[in-house]
Amino acid sequence: MTSSTTTVATAPEAVATAPRPQRSTPPLRRTVPLRTRWQRDRSLVVMTLPALLLLGVFAYVPMAGNIVAWQDYSPYVGIAESPFVAWDNFARVLGSPAFLHAVRNTLVITGFQLVFYFPIPIALALLLNSVLTPAIRTTIQSIVYLPHFFSWVLVVTIFQQMFGGAGLVNQILTRNGWGSFDLMTNPDTFLLLITSQAIWKDAGWGIIIFLAALSTVDPALYEASVVDGANRWRRMWHITLPALRPVVVLLLILRLGDALTVGFEQLILQRGAVGAQVSEVIDTFVYYQGVINGDWGFATAAGLMKGVISLLLVLGANKLAHAFGEAGVYQRA
Amino acid sequence: MTTVSTPTGPQTPALPVAPRRRPRNRHRPVWQEQPSLPGAVAKGLVLTLICLAVLFPLYTVVLTSISTQATITEAGGLVTVPGEITLAAYRQILAGGIVTRATMVSIGVTTVGTLLSTTVSVLCAYGLSRPSSLWHRPILFVLVITMFFSAGMIPTYLLVSGLGLIDTYWALILPGAVSAFNVLILRNFFMGLDPAITEAARIDGAGDWRILGRIVLPMSKAVVAVVALFYGVGYWNAFFNAMLYINDNAKWPLQLVLRSYVLQGVTLPGSGVGQVDVATGAVTGLPVKMAVMVLAVVPILVVYPFVQRHFTKGVIFGAVKG
Repeated sequence: MTSSTTTVATAPEAVATAPRPQRSTPPLRRTVPLRTRWQRDRSLVVMTLPALLLLGVFAYVPMAGNIVAWQDYSPYVGIAESPFVAWDNFARVLGSPAFLHAVRNTLVITGFQLVFYFPIPIALALLLNSVLTPAIRTTIQSIVYLPHFFSWVLVVTIFQQMFGGAGLVNQILTRNGWGSFDLMTNPDTFLLLITSQAIWKDAGWGIIIFLAALSTVDPALYEASVVDGANRWRRMWHITLPALRPVVVLLLILRLGDALTVGFEQLILQRGAVGAQVSEVIDTFVYYQGVINGDWGFATAAGLMKGVISLLLVLGANKLAHAFGEAGVYQRA
Repeated sequence: MTTVSTPTGPQTPALPVAPRRRPRNRHRPVWQEQPSLPGAVAKGLVLTLICLAVLFPLYTVVLTSISTQATITEAGGLVTVPGEITLAAYRQILAGGIVTRATMVSIGVTTVGTLLSTTVSVLCAYGLSRPSSLWHRPILFVLVITMFFSAGMIPTYLLVSGLGLIDTYWALILPGAVSAFNVLILRNFFMGLDPAITEAARIDGAGDWRILGRIVLPMSKAVVAVVALFYGVGYWNAFFNAMLYINDNAKWPLQLVLRSYVLQGVTLPGSGVGQVDVATGAVTGLPVKMAVMVLAVVPILVVYPFVQRHFTKGVIFGAVKG
């Protein structure tokens, strides 16, 4: 068989130079004909087929389905028969005060959480990193990671049971005659509420990546800096924080790319209780305009604009990171 | 950890030389300062509060779900101090009816979905894990694009409805069955395995299917477990896809039932959830509501301890190096 001869030919060098076997392969790629490579790798290609099929149907077909954004789509006649209306839907979206309001809400939530949520996992990681006893540290880790695995329905329900009109806090307040409040339906404090929920659910999980970055710091650096007379604040400033910088940049880029996506499930669960004025974001707008109101072309246009701008934001942020000499999300390999 | 700094640690507290000194933490490197007392107290306090913030709501919810109506009425709502204990609420919701049914739906969708997603992802990840294999670059590209650009809710909805999947359980599984991120986590792990082992198996005549099944998978149990947990939790926790695709509430998964009957307070037929006792003004269905919440979190609490210690391995491989 041809496949066995090619593998045998490369195998000895691959084993001999075990750490970097990739080095030996590029020349192989150019010299081996397609037929041989197919014989050799066909089971690998076949293995990727189920995933490709699922992605093809449920990720790529809908991408093409965005053509609805240029149509006056009606589910009764389908995509093939619906009339094209050029850029009408896009013009309507951009001229819609409700959409602009949703964009504004989205950006306000993103901005607020960037300031009040983003730094918390970093601070928590630094705090936890200073806990020296491994048993205590892992116990705290298991506890704070846990809410990440709760559903948004459960998290919102827990907040409702704690801070809602009939919740635990109110229960205590009213029993002592201190009046009551309902955090769940108050639009003025909504931003605070959803940020607290996000922190309760995901800030603990967020520390995992920072802890990993901290664990890669060579202790000899700290030791040397102590010898040079650095106190704990200087050590943090000159050693610990620089070690976190690539991760922080990476997460900022990801967050920027996701700037237009803010806790869709979280918000749609609470939109009814608190009202659309403060809780309508781009994603909920798309859902209500499309699925509920049946204005399919309009909603698709809004969603598509969001998708394209998000893509540009990720690419832009990554370029920015490269310009500053950081690794970014992906690299030209 | 440097070898120079640690060994002196454990002995220090045993020495009678400095009796006033607090015992040294043996995990503290010798060069690091002792914490000041207020600092240590403040740190302990903050960490305790953080843990309580996570655990206390869970404690209250569980306690209320197993409390008798009398205890609840006395507490005026959620119970924080243990009183009389009963499992009546659980008996009620598990005796058949909407919650029982929804639990079965959730278990079924989660099991089938997790098996499908994990299998497909492991296969795809292994298929892409050998450097310079045929077409691995374009296939990887097709995969990664889905991480950066999603088709959007409406076209996906139109597709699912066009395929006739509305009101079927497949609508809860197929659209999100493959996560490129999870595939990359697995692929990174597979690529980090020693190629000498698989190469040796190949020389002995093993094909890729056999290598994956007999060599690579047994070496990758931890990361596969983490990815399976990610998928499983995703399926178990999902509610919006059911809200979109499942109109028939007999087919609702548990999360959607939780939303309707607990969060929104819609009356659950025949279970007393959401009904108000006219005499006392107390919500009589409270333990039942809490029991539904507990039901929604139990599978996660059961699986979590087994997988949790592998998180760092699985996640960091994907997140930092990906």
